[in-house]
Amino acid sequence: MTAEEAVAAAFQEEWGQVVATLIRVTGDWDLAEECAQDAFAQALDRWRRDGVPRRPGAWLTTTARHRAMDVLRREAVGARKLREAAMLTAPEEPYDDDVQDDRLRLIFTCCHPALHIEARVALTLRTLAGLTTPEIARAFLVPEATMAQRLVRAKKKIRNAGIPYRVPPAHLLPERTTGVLGVIYLLFNEGYAATSGADLVRRNLCAEAIRLARVLAGLMPDEPEALGLLALLLLHDARRETRVDANGELVTLEDQDRTAWDHAEVDEGTALLETALRRGRPGPYQIQAAIAACHTTAASAEDTDWADIAALYGELVRFVPSAVVRLNRAVAVGMAEGTDAGLALVAELEREGELSGYHLLPATRADLLRRSGRTTEAAQAYERALELAENDAERHFLEKRLGECRSP
Amino acid sequence: MKYALLICTPVGGAELSPAQIADDPRFTSYIEEVRSRDLVKGGARLRPASDATTVRVQGDEVLLTDGPFIESKEYIAGIDFIEVADLDEAISLASRHPAALAGGSVEVRPVWE
Repeated sequence: MTAEEAVAAAFQEEWGQVVATLIRVTGDWDLAEECAQDAFAQALDRWRRDGVPRRPGAWLTTTARHRAMDVLRREAVGARKLREAAMLTAPEEPYDDDVQDDRLRLIFTCCHPALHIEARVALTLRTLAGLTTPEIARAFLVPEATMAQRLVRAKKKIRNAGIPYRVPPAHLLPERTTGVLGVIYLLFNEGYAATSGADLVRRNLCAEAIRLARVLAGLMPDEPEALGLLALLLLHDARRETRVDANGELVTLEDQDRTAWDHAEVDEGTALLETALRRGRPGPYQIQAAIAACHTTAASAEDTDWADIAALYGELVRFVPSAVVRLNRAVAVGMAEGTDAGLALVAELEREGELSGYHLLPATRADLLRRSGRTTEAAQAYERALELAENDAERHFLEKRLGECRSP
Repeated sequence: MKYALLICTPVGGAELSPAQIADDPRFTSYIEEVRSRDLVKGGARLRPASDATTVRVQGDEVLLTDGPFIESKEYIAGIDFIEVADLDEAISLASRHPAALAGGSVEVRPVWE
């Protein structure tokens, strides 16, 4: 491995670690990031000359710490002086014991519920995954200045509002963990839902989300939902490349090329899900992973066990009683028990009106009608869905279906 | 009789540091007057609304919002000054406040120190 490759690999593996430790030691988020960046820059030089150290993470953390001490020593008076004193009395190399806690502390601090959800996401990507501000801005389709401001404001709030840098105490842990898992899931969806082009940053987001889910599952081995989330992301990611065809058109699960799925990811996801389920504490991520596993482990679309999937959605509704989950359940029930059963559930949602502006409500009705051969009614529902759909790939798909219904 | 004076400032306006305030004659003459007449019995300068966290309680669930209270129908009915270790402890206290339990909300605003 060349020095460049070693540094690139260390960046993937160790960035969050180095920043997390430096934040604990200095209490200064900006200084921590600056010194981490500096350590990686030095690594390129030194590793080229002296070879890659045995423990790159320890080397980087030590180098960043020394750099931070230099900076703080050069600072004149005031609060920073106090921090310097605090740092000099800190244990010299707390590397092996504290590092796991450091990263967990950092995840929980970045995802503190007193921060706006967008700030949580941006901060997590910046401090834990090491994405640059322009990269994060591009991923979330906002101007760079907006994203920079968001990050500055989030760090300011952590400092000024006194958001603690720690893993929350036991009684807060369940609700806070849900929030942390939610941020990672959101990151993944930002990358996964992008159907246009080969935007590398968006694909990167899937990879970063999986990496963070892996870190979290490793740090919280007793939390089955953390394992469940990692399993869910892997099982979704396994199908990523087949969801859009060469022309950028959406390909439904039914028509995807199953041989092109990433079977290593499917196997890993399924194994993780089994481990999680053995704990006997199911939750929404485990159930969603189980649904994804039903799809990805079926030999063909026809072999899909829709009765199982419908039952799992029934369970999921108990945890997440949202209209969107109930709509998904309607699809599964329609496939398992016949289109009429599915249409009855869709009609219920239509009466309630909560999803009245959501294109997938008429699109689901259209699909069930199409499957039962009621093409005229299906065409009307597709037209309604087209009035509401905004994403280009989805619009093309709906137009294609509408065309099929008009001239069967 | 005591009054709570709530000093409002335009959203997005400049946040003056204590040093800037000490150098501004409009502030110094005001401070001088209230001090000499012993009008102010207690108070604090609040950090900007962007540093606030609002706590609501719905059933068993503590809901946090980044930022100040947002419903214009609410008004500020009182101020408590508390000294705690960090935001989590402040939130925990705020979530037990009768106002938060009765459908109102408590804005946790850090104070300039």
